[in-house]
Amino acid sequence: MFEALSDKLSGILDRLTRRGALTGADVDAAAREVRRALLEADVALDVVRTFIDKLRQRAVGVEVVKSVTPGQMVVKIVHDQLIETLGATTDPIDLNAPAPVPIMLVGLQGSGKTTTAAKIARRLNEQMRRKTLMASLDVRRPAAMEQLAVLGRQVGVNTLPIVTGQTPVQIARRAMEAGRLGGYDVVLLDTAGRTTLDEAMMTEAAEVKAAASPHEVLLVADSLTGQDAVNLARAFDQRVGLTGIVLTRVDGDGRGGAALSMRAVTGKPIKLIGTGEKLDALEDFHPARIADRILGMGDIVSLVEKAAATIDAEKAMRTAERMRKGAFDLNDLKEQLEQMQKMGGLGGLMGMLPGIARIKNQIAAANLDDKILKRQVAIIQSMTTEERRRPDILKASRKKRVAAGSGAKVEEINRLLKMHRGMADMMKAMGGAKRGPLAGLANALGMGAGMPSAEEMAKLAEKMPGSLPNRPQLPSGMPAAPPPFPGALGGPPSSLPGLGGPKRPGLPGLGGFPGFGKKK
Amino acid sequence: MNDSTTQTSGDSRQSWWRRLRGGLSRTSSAITAAITDLISKRKLDAGVVEELEELLIRADFGVDVAGRIAGAVGEGRYDKIISSEEVKAILAAEIEKILVPAARPLVIDGASRPFVILVAGVNGSGKTTTIGKLASRFSREGRQVMLAAGDTFRAAAIEQLKIWGERTGSPVIAGAQGADAAGLVFRALEAARAQAIDVLIVDTAGRLQTKAGLMGELQKIVRVMKKLDPAAPHAVLLVLDATIGQNALSQVREFLKVAGVTGLVMTKLDGTARGGILVAIATEYRLPVHFIGIGEGVDDLAPFGAREFAQALAGIER
Repeated sequence: MFEALSDKLSGILDRLTRRGALTGADVDAAAREVRRALLEADVALDVVRTFIDKLRQRAVGVEVVKSVTPGQMVVKIVHDQLIETLGATTDPIDLNAPAPVPIMLVGLQGSGKTTTAAKIARRLNEQMRRKTLMASLDVRRPAAMEQLAVLGRQVGVNTLPIVTGQTPVQIARRAMEAGRLGGYDVVLLDTAGRTTLDEAMMTEAAEVKAAASPHEVLLVADSLTGQDAVNLARAFDQRVGLTGIVLTRVDGDGRGGAALSMRAVTGKPIKLIGTGEKLDALEDFHPARIADRILGMGDIVSLVEKAAATIDAEKAMRTAERMRKGAFDLNDLKEQLEQMQKMGGLGGLMGMLPGIARIKNQIAAANLDDKILKRQVAIIQSMTTEERRRPDILKASRKKRVAAGSGAKVEEINRLLKMHRGMADMMKAMGGAKRGPLAGLANALGMGAGMPSAEEMAKLAEKMPGSLPNRPQLPSGMPAAPPPFPGALGGPPSSLPGLGGPKRPGLPGLGGFPGFGKKK
Repeated sequence: MNDSTTQTSGDSRQSWWRRLRGGLSRTSSAITAAITDLISKRKLDAGVVEELEELLIRADFGVDVAGRIAGAVGEGRYDKIISSEEVKAILAAEIEKILVPAARPLVIDGASRPFVILVAGVNGSGKTTTIGKLASRFSREGRQVMLAAGDTFRAAAIEQLKIWGERTGSPVIAGAQGADAAGLVFRALEAARAQAIDVLIVDTAGRLQTKAGLMGELQKIVRVMKKLDPAAPHAVLLVLDATIGQNALSQVREFLKVAGVTGLVMTKLDGTARGGILVAIATEYRLPVHFIGIGEGVDDLAPFGAREFAQALAGIER
């Protein structure tokens, strides 16, 4: 969601960094542009004003550190300021209370409360092993309670049986009672929204709060919200009292202004962000990383974590082991392709890579989408077990059959086989080296990869003086400067337009992916 | 359920105005109070214009439109003493000028039967509710309406539409959750043709405009309809949530590209500091705004009038 803002900011700041000295007029000009960029990103006006005032104060007569240009200092100041506004720490949901811990969700209609309830329940249930009960207190919207029940079945979390004619407060009491009797750890209360901040909704929410005395009261808010975000957050905080905020639809192309605004106005932490329609698309909110993303620095840690969480560790170990031995067949390749899809596909992965914001138009032009992954999986699926194990036996007639079966062209199959052979050779070559499991895995995925190259790290370091200590350290198992991912993509951004153009021999990356270099 | 159905007839023009005023009151009172503050016994100068601009930004007008309107208010009036009433009037006139081309009603062409209306938008913008309200409006006008539950993704969306179908006495064509939306729409269109339905309203799943795959699915729905009736869909309504800020512009752009949006419906235009985004959209896109929703009642979806909206936004009494 932050791309648009980061596009703007990095443009402004790029111009600044090239200057040798910074005059008062420079700072003013930069401040004006930053102000406009923030306003266009829907950051609330008051918040923008404070932001700019502080920026000016700090930037004029800036304590210029040796070997750093004033422009770089301004970048640093904007970065720090962003983190400060977003809140410096990550605050997870707090379950430190006697069970069942009541958690209440409030928010406007259409902000995504019910979906968020299911996402949180799923996370509590699966990742934190808390027995969770969900209850919908929405007696207004047609079918709202059924919606939660359906979602509950999808994520394998129990919902409170529906009893018609009860008031929200009665349902809340019944839910807490059921939570106690059923030995639940957490009771999630999904309240009714309204289209507007009206009195009835606030009263209802306050009553439910009084009845259930929730340990967490989370405001679910749409990250696309405009200038109204401040009023929304302030009103809920004053009337109901919030403990945190959940931002939804962070996967849209909104510019994230609401995140800055709401945090600044209420002082309440943003605890979680919803990043997609699927029920596992819920992530912790990391202010520092988001600030990096706003600045167009990519989000490396998120990438690594996501990889670690999504990839079936055991499966990966097995693949890594096979690869070490040099046995890497098409089944292994297929597994990797599927893992990549799970991680949000190429788009999801690339959004997190440094510098991508600036070149995303070129990527769009190259028509780089997840269809490629899907098609390659389809091709492999059209092969027999024997063919998958021993790709060498695939000769003309078999290829023709596979092509017909998967709706692909023979050339595409050739390209896939070539890519596989390149990867297998690479694996064999690396086989002997001693590495941690994650390293093998990362390379296996051609993903280790997500890390910027050595030069790029150096560039990052140069660009963000002083902030490096905060920069996430790579897990020790990761190779220091692994091959870029995917293929040519991870290299210095300048080499990107050619996507898959210049071949880098021996890379296990996806540079040879059919379709990459080809304009469709 | 809780939908107020108290005022139904056409003589509720006045009450609609009152509700519109009420709905936009927070925006307009913020604007008017600030204008009064701004203007009282001051000459109009660059400072005033700048503050006016910020005021408009706060109401989601966007940086460009706010600048332009504020500039227009200031033009030729510098160093004059000017009353807050005058400023409001100028403001309303400027906004109206922008909105007039957008205020075009949705015309149901009786010649095409069924007249197919495709309703699209991002998640939670109020598509299904809007469809319910449209269905009730059309049935009141004596048209036979059919609803197609094309939102096969969201849990309980089908049930929600069925409830609206019952309320308005319209048949609902629905499939199973997770079924192919395009196939269902095809079936619905077949059924509507067979049963001599006047208006077929097609619900779709909410989708963010950035999701290429889902936008492709929407394109498919349109394509499939054309197999039965090359003129369908006769209207493609994009439902926009007024709480959304400048992102609404991006939504309009993408949906226009993919589904050929013919008109807009703006929902949730009540209660809080917003409404300016409509002006921003009208500036950038020449799309008609067919309806605006200012409340949750069935009758709170009404045709859009440029002058009354501009005046309500600027806080002018009438």
